[in-house]
Amino acid sequence: MNIPEKTISCSCKNQAPAKLTAQECYIRDHHRHHHLITTFRILIFAVFLIIWEAAGRFGLIDTFFFSSPSMVASYFIQMLTDGSFFTHTGITLMETLISFLLITLISMFAATLLWYSKTLSEILEPYLVVLNSLPKSALAPLFIVWLGTGTNTIIVAGISVAIFGSVISLYTGFKHTDPEKLKLIFTLGGKPMDAFFKVVLPASIPIILSNMKVNIGLALVGVIIGEFLAARRGLGYLIIYGSQVFKLNMVITSIIILCMIAMGLYQGIQYLEHLYKKKK
Amino acid sequence: MEQPILECRDVCFSYHNLKGETKALDHISFQVNQGEFIAIVGPSGCGKSTLLSIISGLLKPESGEVLLNKAKDIRVGYMLQQDHLLEWRSIWKNVLLGPEITGTLTRQKEELAERLLNDYGLYKFKDKKPGELSGGMKQRAALIRTMVMEPALLLLDEPFSALDSQTRLMVSTDIGSIIRKSKITAILITHDLSEAISLADRILVMTKRPATIKNNIPVHLSITENSALATRNAPEFNSLFTLLWKEISDEYS
Repeated sequence: MNIPEKTISCSCKNQAPAKLTAQECYIRDHHRHHHLITTFRILIFAVFLIIWEAAGRFGLIDTFFFSSPSMVASYFIQMLTDGSFFTHTGITLMETLISFLLITLISMFAATLLWYSKTLSEILEPYLVVLNSLPKSALAPLFIVWLGTGTNTIIVAGISVAIFGSVISLYTGFKHTDPEKLKLIFTLGGKPMDAFFKVVLPASIPIILSNMKVNIGLALVGVIIGEFLAARRGLGYLIIYGSQVFKLNMVITSIIILCMIAMGLYQGIQYLEHLYKKKK
Repeated sequence: MEQPILECRDVCFSYHNLKGETKALDHISFQVNQGEFIAIVGPSGCGKSTLLSIISGLLKPESGEVLLNKAKDIRVGYMLQQDHLLEWRSIWKNVLLGPEITGTLTRQKEELAERLLNDYGLYKFKDKKPGELSGGMKQRAALIRTMVMEPALLLLDEPFSALDSQTRLMVSTDIGSIIRKSKITAILITHDLSEAISLADRILVMTKRPATIKNNIPVHLSITENSALATRNAPEFNSLFTLLWKEISDEYS
């Protein structure tokens, strides 16, 4: 089936026949490649679901422990009808977004200060390095003692996971601005603040966006850790609670919802990046 | 006699690090008169750029002083080795960067920018991004960005070194005649001896580090038109080139 196709594309490259121009050939091949990728992506997912479902039905795996696509689907519908989907997903989403916004604001502000003052950045460097390499989940119990259980603790847990790495990578990004471009601003009579707003910040937008992509994922990790330990609502709570009472449908459904949230949030930032590139 | 527009008196400058001191400039003294076009040549790494940074006020001399003619309010324009147009701004926004930073963006500045863009043949590209322009056009846009600040003294730090040699020949002649027409005083740093001869009224030769000024060579070319070819065909060109070459190669030995 492939062979006749190949001859067509060859012939139109060499002789430019009336049927298809080289450009049209290129576009057709491009679309074909795209469809192939999409088809295989969907196929892998479908095959996985089928094997999972079949393995449960034929007794290869115990659905009590491993659940099955149909059980997840029915549990999901049940969550939708009793409204628990909206409460738990809503709370996790809200906590993640607040953490993410605070991470972005605080780390931008801190990285700006560090860029502005070389002395400050040298003083704080070892602290940042230590705090960044510390496993942040170790701090969660402290937050519970200090802040009690509830939304505040969870948001702080979310922030703690990403904030230090974010400050470091933004600061590194700011510092890598072409020194000659900064010199340009000074030759035009600018102050360090002009250099920051006219050169450093606009030049760092790609870094800021890719940093946001990392942060949104890490904020979600932190929020789930927080919910494991200190929540009565949210997907993290559902996962922990479900595993304790052996409601594995609940656990797996929650994990799948988490997957979708993570994907949605990432796509959101991707869309911002897309808007930025289009504007450029 | 008219006061010089710029006078450097015994300017010294050193770079410091923990291993010690590197003396870059050693008692540099010279004067530049109104309307003159000076070229500074010297071995690489001898501190030519440092000198320009000091004249422009970006660096402070360790001793000695840089005197700008006080009678007039002398603004110093600085053109860097690369165009450094900001990729995320249109050409129009790029050439108005200076007034924007200093808070002097007025209708007159905009009119001046429009006129310069027109004169240098860039007007129809004013809404384009720098990436869409050729190297020579970008360099001209960078010159407009400097000229919009209406400098009385223009410092050119190898502004053509990023261009390929043919473009360089064209752009340097081009920019040279623009500067002459506008009667701005200019100091050009260059590695290219023929460029120095064809553009400048006077050439200062610097020694290797710690740099001093070892020679001051006036350039008088008998030419009828000002083109890259005409200056290079002038009868004085070869002897000046030989002289400069000897001066510089002595520094490397």
